[in-house]
Amino acid sequence: MTARSSSKFIKRFRSSPLDESTATGLVGETSEGTQEMKTRNETNRVELEREEGQLTVLPEGIVLDHGDMDIEISEDETMIINMGPQHPSTHGVLRLMMELKGETVLRTKPVIGYLHTGMEKTAEGLTYVQGSTNVTRMDYLAPLHNELVFSLATEKLLGVEIPPRATWIRMLMVELNRISSHLMWMATNGMDVGSTSMMIYGFRERELVLSFFEKVTGLRMNHNFIRPGGVAADLPDGWYDDVSAIIDTIPGRLDEYGEMLTGQPIFRERTEGVGILTQEQAISLSASGPVLRSTGVAWDLRKDIPYLAYDEVEFDVIIGSIGDTFDRFAVRLSEISESLRIVRQILEKMPSGPYRVQDKKITPPPRKRIDESMEALIHHFKLFTEGIHVPEGEAYVAVESPRGELGCYLVSDGSAKPYRMHIRAPSFVNLQSLPAMLKGGLLADAVATISSVDPIMGEVDR
Amino acid sequence: MLEAVIRDAQGVFFPTMDQYVDLMESLWSSDYKFCSDLCGVDYLEMPSRKLPEGVKAERFEIVVNVTSFETRSRLRVRLQVQESNPHLPTLYGLYPGTEAMEREVYDLLGMVFDGHPDLSRILLPEEWEGHPLRKDYSVGRIPVQFKASTAIR
Amino acid sequence: MGLEDLSHNFLTGNIENLVKWARRNSVWPATFGLACCAIEMMSAGAGDYDLARFGMEVFRASPRQADLMIVAGRVSQKMAPVLRQVYDQMMEPKWVISMGVCASSGGMFNNYAIVQGVDQIVPVDVYAPGCPPGPETLINAILTLHAKIQNGEITRRKGTGAGISIGEVKRKSNVGTLAKKNTPKTVKIVSK
Repeated sequence: MTARSSSKFIKRFRSSPLDESTATGLVGETSEGTQEMKTRNETNRVELEREEGQLTVLPEGIVLDHGDMDIEISEDETMIINMGPQHPSTHGVLRLMMELKGETVLRTKPVIGYLHTGMEKTAEGLTYVQGSTNVTRMDYLAPLHNELVFSLATEKLLGVEIPPRATWIRMLMVELNRISSHLMWMATNGMDVGSTSMMIYGFRERELVLSFFEKVTGLRMNHNFIRPGGVAADLPDGWYDDVSAIIDTIPGRLDEYGEMLTGQPIFRERTEGVGILTQEQAISLSASGPVLRSTGVAWDLRKDIPYLAYDEVEFDVIIGSIGDTFDRFAVRLSEISESLRIVRQILEKMPSGPYRVQDKKITPPPRKRIDESMEALIHHFKLFTEGIHVPEGEAYVAVESPRGELGCYLVSDGSAKPYRMHIRAPSFVNLQSLPAMLKGGLLADAVATISSVDPIMGEVDR
Repeated sequence: MLEAVIRDAQGVFFPTMDQYVDLMESLWSSDYKFCSDLCGVDYLEMPSRKLPEGVKAERFEIVVNVTSFETRSRLRVRLQVQESNPHLPTLYGLYPGTEAMEREVYDLLGMVFDGHPDLSRILLPEEWEGHPLRKDYSVGRIPVQFKASTAIR
Repeated sequence: MGLEDLSHNFLTGNIENLVKWARRNSVWPATFGLACCAIEMMSAGAGDYDLARFGMEVFRASPRQADLMIVAGRVSQKMAPVLRQVYDQMMEPKWVISMGVCASSGGMFNNYAIVQGVDQIVPVDVYAPGCPPGPETLINAILTLHAKIQNGEITRRKGTGAGISIGEVKRKSNVGTLAKKNTPKTVKIVSK
């Protein structure tokens, strides 16, 4: 059934042979029907309000009266424009449809799914050992967080306690990952508001972190380093000096950014007061991460529902005040400093010991033992052919990824493969706040606002 | 008021379809203002699962995770949805953040949320047939043929 | 005509090679980032790897201004028609690099959602392996494409989806030297 239907979709764009002369026949066939924004007459009232960023219910229990809303706008005065999916400032393949009156945005509708990868379905066919390979490709700027949440969920179902060193290695890696992710965001955000030098600087600092990741995990991205039962390998020799070098270099660079962006009138003009989201709207729309914190809600899972060993390190939760684009920038900028603070403490507190669970049913034996022991060889073979048998049950685990609450809901039926794996992707949920942010703003500001949400389409569409 | 079952240090509710909206409203008014997650599970291949007494297992299940900022805790709601009538009320009016999540469940599992403002496919193309996360939908794997390479190494 | 009469420097060549030389040195990529590979593509363009060394740093947002589409990431069934549309909007001559295993063959995502190889939709010139390919691999793919432009046919592209792999080009071409072919026309560039 599926094979046939997918071949049908191949046919959809192969109906004309791969011949340049018939190329024009394809233009106009990329419509997504009812997923797109409709005219005011065709849209129902509730949906119209949603696209205008109005919510009928807020945490105080305020229920808006539909009669109060001024949505009687003539069709002749407005137009619907399409932005994306191939657009430089939409961070991948995000597509936005906006209704404009002149330059003012009236309503917004994100159209997503252009990077739908079927990862939740794929996960059902992979064992728990292979699973982190799959999830790491979701949020490609914070791959280690994805691996972490999957591993934590698996371990919760298994009921195993991982050794302290593994916990601290994980913390070190995910905090460095948060730094690199936020740096990358600073770079692209700078690019979106017209600061190309920020782009170059952001990538320069990111390479510092990535070269350390490459040393530890062997890869620059998609590491598959944090696995159920611990981490893939111990930290290499000289890791202490490498990390020290990173945390000594970046603070000075952050000061440069402060000079270049925070203190710069053009940047402030473009971001201050733009794309405001209120506290009530953010909670109501399930927004999390810097988007939620910028509105003044001090909600950080590392602090509030601690996982790993975050209750043993000191750091502050950064919050904003009014929830505009500048606040979201400032929250992320300060979070880099806080992460550096955490990394510094990790350097001091890193315990010694094994870096993964010593249970041979969960983690493979060391390579050297395989040559010596028949039993070790059998364990190794069983683990990589059959995988880990996880007891029946369900678990929801959430971690604070650079973009917000990254959750994993795992259902196990007792076999070696997850029965169902669902990822609660923060970008996917945060995107819903775009209509509320963009409403009433200018089209030119939309670019800065979209960027400030930091959507990663791999995670949005999965 | 429904009693929560404690599963791995977390309260889990198993409401019936009629209790669902009332339960969510009472959770909302008792500080569970933040809906973390809403997803669906197809239990076609796993009919026997641990459910408390009195809960009839159906093919589909909707799982809602709500969070309270005050008590810093999470609660989970698991709602059984019949295969023959996969309709359930939307939570959009209560938790507007579930809008996209419900659309995703509709798209990938084919459950219909009555009262949802814009129930259309969200991840897949518009004219897609079927709902891929259902267990009777194949993964769509295309066999890969490995051929001997003629290249000189 | 006696060349010794001329008092200025000049070079001779045939027009085909000149056109190819010009094309090779000003390939402008379209910003067609899809997934993880897009981040590595951006890294390649940033300071550390600096694509500007190869005249490639001008990433054009409009497909009308671009010569090269770097398909960076997995192509979903929903994106495929859009991708084809963007490709159709590009002006001839145009080239495609399939970056990463997902774009080349579907990679690890052999499922309902992902097109198993972008060469089912557009003709691909160079496949860059890796998941994701590092910036070095992308630069290698780009240099391979440069060699292909320099040494390949100048004529209009045939309507096939077959590309070449990096290894093949390396064996067949002499990167950096002008191909010795029959010379239909001769031009002079006289510098002043």
